[in-house]
Amino acid sequence: MLSLTLLFIPLAASLLLLFTRGGLSRNLALVFTLVQLGLTAYAYSVFKTDGATAFEFLRNWSVKPFINVHFSMDGVSLLMVILTNLLLPLIILSGYNRETERPHVFYSLILFMQFALNGVFISFDGFIYYIFWELALIPIYFIAFNWGGENRTQVTLKFFIYTLAGSLLMLFGFLFLYNGSPQHSLDWASLIANPSCGCNQSWLFWLFFIAFAIKIPIVPFHTWQPDTYKTAPTQGTMLLSGIMLKMGTYSLIRWLLPVLPEGVKEWQSLAIALSVAGIVYASIIAIMQRDLKRLLAYSSIAHVGLISAGIFAMNISGLQGSLVQMLAHGINVVGLFFCADIIFNRTQNANVEGIGGIRLVAPKFATWFMVVILGSVALPLTNGFVGEFMLLFGVYQYNTWLAVFAGLTIILGAVYMLRMYQKVVLGKPIMENMVFPDLFWNEKLVLITIGILIFVLGIFPKPILELTEPVLKTILK
Amino acid sequence: MLAEIINLRKLIVPILVIGLAVIFGLNLNDWNLNLAYYNNMLKVDNFSVAFGGLAIFVTLLVFILSTDFYAKDQEHLSDYMSILTFVLVGALMMFSYGNLTMLFLGIETLSIALYIMAGSKRFDVRSNEAGFKYFLMGSFASCFLLFGIALIYGTTGSFDLNKITDYTIQNQQNISPLFYTGMVLMVFAMLFKVSAAPFHFWAPDVYEGAPALITAYMSTLVKIAAFGAFYKLMSATFFYTSWKAELILNVAAILTLAIGNLMALAQTNFKRLLAYSGISHAGYLTLIILSAKNQPAGALFYYTLGYSLSTLAAFAIAIPVFKSTKSEGIDAFNGLGKKNPVLAAAMSMAMIGLAGIPPFAGFMGKYYIFTEALQSGYFYTTLIAIFSSMIGVYYYFKVILAMYGKPANEFQIENTLNYQLVLWVCLALSLFFGLYPSPILNIF
Repeated sequence: MLSLTLLFIPLAASLLLLFTRGGLSRNLALVFTLVQLGLTAYAYSVFKTDGATAFEFLRNWSVKPFINVHFSMDGVSLLMVILTNLLLPLIILSGYNRETERPHVFYSLILFMQFALNGVFISFDGFIYYIFWELALIPIYFIAFNWGGENRTQVTLKFFIYTLAGSLLMLFGFLFLYNGSPQHSLDWASLIANPSCGCNQSWLFWLFFIAFAIKIPIVPFHTWQPDTYKTAPTQGTMLLSGIMLKMGTYSLIRWLLPVLPEGVKEWQSLAIALSVAGIVYASIIAIMQRDLKRLLAYSSIAHVGLISAGIFAMNISGLQGSLVQMLAHGINVVGLFFCADIIFNRTQNANVEGIGGIRLVAPKFATWFMVVILGSVALPLTNGFVGEFMLLFGVYQYNTWLAVFAGLTIILGAVYMLRMYQKVVLGKPIMENMVFPDLFWNEKLVLITIGILIFVLGIFPKPILELTEPVLKTILK
Repeated sequence: MLAEIINLRKLIVPILVIGLAVIFGLNLNDWNLNLAYYNNMLKVDNFSVAFGGLAIFVTLLVFILSTDFYAKDQEHLSDYMSILTFVLVGALMMFSYGNLTMLFLGIETLSIALYIMAGSKRFDVRSNEAGFKYFLMGSFASCFLLFGIALIYGTTGSFDLNKITDYTIQNQQNISPLFYTGMVLMVFAMLFKVSAAPFHFWAPDVYEGAPALITAYMSTLVKIAAFGAFYKLMSATFFYTSWKAELILNVAAILTLAIGNLMALAQTNFKRLLAYSGISHAGYLTLIILSAKNQPAGALFYYTLGYSLSTLAAFAIAIPVFKSTKSEGIDAFNGLGKKNPVLAAAMSMAMIGLAGIPPFAGFMGKYYIFTEALQSGYFYTTLIAIFSSMIGVYYYFKVILAMYGKPANEFQIENTLNYQLVLWVCLALSLFFGLYPSPILNIF
């Protein structure tokens, strides 16, 4: 029943919020996400890695076509739920000193998004999973479209159609699995029990892979991403980059590797090659970017490229690294986009060239921005390091040369991140920037929480590894 | 059934609504009875009860809308109402026929009433054009149907569906070519009635020209009736005969999906948009007819239900919007999101339902259709259907984009209680059946 409660709270909150107005909506949203976070903490405390019966919910929904409503949680799901529910309060808190038009709708959509994201991570029936996957798209589309910046009509429509195209391919794949499986069921357990359902896995793989690759995004399916990240309001970008793209990487682990093992084996090398190529490509483009949000968007492509490469390496360190890095990247990227938003908000300038010397007027901001950047360039003792190290080790076990190229992400990442920091925060002061109030209380709260998380997870990642190990072992079997 | 023409004009609609509600109840009462009347001319089985119930329900909603729609035209209200009731009579005959003559009578009763209604805005050129065009093309289709029936009678010696089925089973090896000719003619006529490509040309013009309420009625009830009849025809007679009917239907399904969706992309008139959307939905429904061997009547019922609910909801918003803005283009919705956020949200839900995005009934219906089609082995057709539903999202979202993205126009929307009632009933049912599909999906 706990799984149902996890879904019910955000859904109810999202409906309730529609009847509130003004500042109350924001406060209520924060309260509800905090309650949700508390519930997640409770779930974590009662969770046992070997059996997850406390979270099991299984009911028949329809006999023909055979569909079960099946919610459950294993270590991987729980980790993703923790990520979602941890970031949501931060995302809402980050909007506290901003004026939003029609806040009740905005925050209601964010909470609906939380509902859908939780649903994606705890669904264990393919059909239900697909429904939540689609549901997550609708609120973020409206958030980006209604509160977005310039060109929002074209950009968000492209985003929507692009991702929906991928989803429909996945739907087609699920239909095939449904018809091919002996019991006509999309239940995860029955799908992994009969991985060779008599279907031709080599092209079924592509149906799923493209859907996930668009969401992640893996080059060459990434073209929607930089524009959307730039256009969406910052909180929308945080949702997209922090949590929503993890839907893709999570789904690789949950729905691609164990369900289509032969297909994955067949195309493994190509998938890794694409991911690694994406790392190098996105890093180089990021170096050339002058727009702060676009730079972060490309850096995000590079990071998730490494995550997916680690996943497709199909060994325990690659998979574990990917999970650690999903959590780390979620936290870091939210911090990064928040810092970018703080800068943009106060200077009204999105171009790196036009900003400089912020350190002089806002030392606290400079410090915490540095912490977030260090996490994202994978300095040892930060959360980014643990994940990237394990990922690179996983890729290395698969192929040395690919690991060398994938390793470029750390070097190139340091190049574009630190150069940007140098220019924006340290560099020559620019007169127009000198009216730069230091952090407000809510900004301090968000950035300090993120900073603490960066170090805690960097020094003590063991709980995550313990949480996910048994699941990954069954998946790899 | 009840063409009540009473002089008390103000009471006509309430009486009709109550009457329809009573008939709805009586109709449900026949569940599981399996009666046959007039030498098997009319057969009441669960199929006809379910579809009849849906048709009556849709008519009920349309009648509720009609009080406000015809608020300024009280003079002819009784005529309109009685003609609309005849449409329903035709539809009910089309669900429960046991005999090809009855099918023909049903189709004609429905069509002739609709020819009149399509042209019922007498002083509007477009409405006249719509009525006339519909009449001319519809008569051709009726001729085809009649000729097909005659040929089949010539080979089998009967109009009775059961006897025709017996004939095809007994003479599997040496079915006369005349039978095939008749079959093809009948399939063509039915494809015309469901507005499937390449017989779809009448639909956009007629939908655009006819009064909005009649368009709503045509795009829901007529589609339900035509598909009910078509399904019954195919599952009873033709499918055991040959692959030829399958080939025709397969080509028609692919063409319909492609043309309906691609042409809808370019539309700026909302009614035309819905016409092409209706054509594309006819494509999905043709997929069900294709897999008629699996007995997917539940899927057909569910899909038509979901489609009718979303379409009626869309019209319940569109009609007052058209009235206040005096325009029927998509730009009539410009800025509705700012002026009237609740209405805009409802319209978004209707569009999302039509586009087949969860959690509305449209999605579940599509999912079921695709599973059935794949099970019957129509691999490429399903793939095309999936891609066309992707295109579909684009044009349904054009309406949403207009509502939220464009600056508002200055018209105030007058929204009366009746429109609101129909709107929310439709959306609630669409959501409800989207979340609890199994009672409807497994109705038969």
